[in-house]
Amino acid sequence: MNWKTAATAMALTLLASTSVVRADGVLNIYNWGNYTSPDVIKKFEQKYNVKVTITDYDSNDTALAKVRQGGTGFDIAVPSQTFVPIWIKEGLLLETDPGKMENFKNVAPEWANPEFDPGRKYSVPWAWGTIGVVVNTDAYKGPADSWGIIFNTPDELKGKVNVVPEMNDVIFAAIKYLGGQQCTDDKAILKKVRDTLVAAKPNWIAMEYNTIEKMGAGDFKATSDWNGSALRQRLANPAIHYNYPKEGFGLWSDNVVVLKEAKNVENAKLFQNFIMDPENAAGLSAFHRYANAITGSEKYMPADMKDAPEVVIPADAKPRGEFQRMCAPEVQDIYTKIWTELQK
Amino acid sequence: MATAEQVAKEAEQSDVRARWLLSAPALLIILVAATGPLLIVLVYSFLTPGPYGDVKWQFSPEAWVSVFMERDIFDDTLSLAAAHITIFWRSIKLAVVTTIATLALGFPTAYFMATRSEKTRDIWLFLITIPFWTNLLIRTFAVLQIIRNEGIINTLLIKAGIVSAPVQILFTDTAILVGMAYVYLPLMVLPIYASMEKLDFRLVEAGYDLYANRFQVLRRIIFPLVKPGVIAGSILVFIPAIGAYVTPVVLGGGKNMMLSNLIELQFGQGRNWPLGSALSIAVMIIVMVALLAYVRNAGRTEVRHG
Repeated sequence: MNWKTAATAMALTLLASTSVVRADGVLNIYNWGNYTSPDVIKKFEQKYNVKVTITDYDSNDTALAKVRQGGTGFDIAVPSQTFVPIWIKEGLLLETDPGKMENFKNVAPEWANPEFDPGRKYSVPWAWGTIGVVVNTDAYKGPADSWGIIFNTPDELKGKVNVVPEMNDVIFAAIKYLGGQQCTDDKAILKKVRDTLVAAKPNWIAMEYNTIEKMGAGDFKATSDWNGSALRQRLANPAIHYNYPKEGFGLWSDNVVVLKEAKNVENAKLFQNFIMDPENAAGLSAFHRYANAITGSEKYMPADMKDAPEVVIPADAKPRGEFQRMCAPEVQDIYTKIWTELQK
Repeated sequence: MATAEQVAKEAEQSDVRARWLLSAPALLIILVAATGPLLIVLVYSFLTPGPYGDVKWQFSPEAWVSVFMERDIFDDTLSLAAAHITIFWRSIKLAVVTTIATLALGFPTAYFMATRSEKTRDIWLFLITIPFWTNLLIRTFAVLQIIRNEGIINTLLIKAGIVSAPVQILFTDTAILVGMAYVYLPLMVLPIYASMEKLDFRLVEAGYDLYANRFQVLRRIIFPLVKPGVIAGSILVFIPAIGAYVTPVVLGGGKNMMLSNLIELQFGQGRNWPLGSALSIAVMIIVMVALLAYVRNAGRTEVRHG
């Protein structure tokens, strides 16, 4: 037997042993940047003998606009819960019925029947998290569990606070801080929101996304941020703490959906099922540093995430969390105007 | 039998046809790739925004109205769009200041280069073009590393004992200007150098012979002769500067919007594509008017020499 036949034989045995379920082909994923664990993808590729491609987007609006134009070639996207109903309503999604998939039994009960996708007809949980306040305790020792850090900045933090420029998140937080309900069309509250934001801005140093690096380097001493980002900051500098504001904080989740125009539907379904497996879900979490919604994934989670206060919401803070919704277009229009006035 | 005149005429006609055919690909590209998208933007600016981005095919002048006027969020009165005007003005100011700063730095640099011996000139020219090898974003982040609180400048200042706490440069207007001037400097230097290289320095000597002082020589001889380069450089800097996006966001901290950020907001979180389109066209008109005014003004005072 010469080396060629040997290699072929080896390759064939390898193929036979790995492809338990044969699903040759490709899977094109459209997801947020720096969000997809290469290890989990490699595992999926090997298990099903599928070539996976990943394309990045940077905002829900970009993803929606692009997919709506059609002809993208993507099979899977990962919109946030505020956007899932729009994707459904616009007829962009394929009803894959994940609720009936084999691994669906692993989905935690509170995530099995969410408001944005009743009965999980389209989507599978990818990650979820919170939006709160991050403070470097070397710079500020006082109580920090309040949006007041951002909107009524204490003296020690003046000129050192960053705000992540997500319009909906910032206005949600300001409404909570002023005691209102999200998506309110109450002009009295919205006016207060505008005045509070405009008055708070001189105390901010920047409105940037790049918080992990800048909190680490000390350019910022406090920021509004997502919990996973806060976890990465604390791992770099133990003085950095994540706080769940007492006025209430936003909850979000990103969800894996299959596009109606998908060419590789079977692979896409396999992928939806694959990531509901506890070990794979934990693998995703280990990379993006957010919680997943899969029971049983705890035992595969990296040690530094198991009890991390950023990932596991403390019992007393839990009731204050609230899912952010998409507001009505008229309300959204007012948000944009407030936002423009804030940044003018 | 064809007369000589006919033959000549036919030859001319076929010549014209060949020219048109040869230039057709270029014309097609200009029409389709440049004018086409612009037309779409123009059409979109007269439509109604869709509820979640995109447009509804329904005529509406609302976008154009809101470029200049705004309805108060709370009492519905119509007034001048103060926010938009502030943002327009900030971008225009930044572009003008950047042009002046790059001119102030670029003119002496070009003069220095042009007065070197021919061999060393190429080295200087090469050095000026090196930044072009690197992406704009990376160059901007390099500036950030230098001026940030724990960056090179502040570390040196503190080590030297000049200041005790870091000087806040990052996230200020100074930071934006430093970044813009650095990024756009080559675009100013190169055209001025091209003009300067052709300058006949015997004219400068003649000026001195006629008892002109240095300033007079610069103002009356050198500057008028390299003026085309100065104009070209100013245009090359001014146009991209007015649409600058990355540099103000990275170095200014994104707290104060520039024109380009305002436009981006409409296509992203703002979900008002018609307004975004109208704003884009408004910017184009402003740039065009500014350029026409500038070129006409600059061209008026022609200097004769030779």
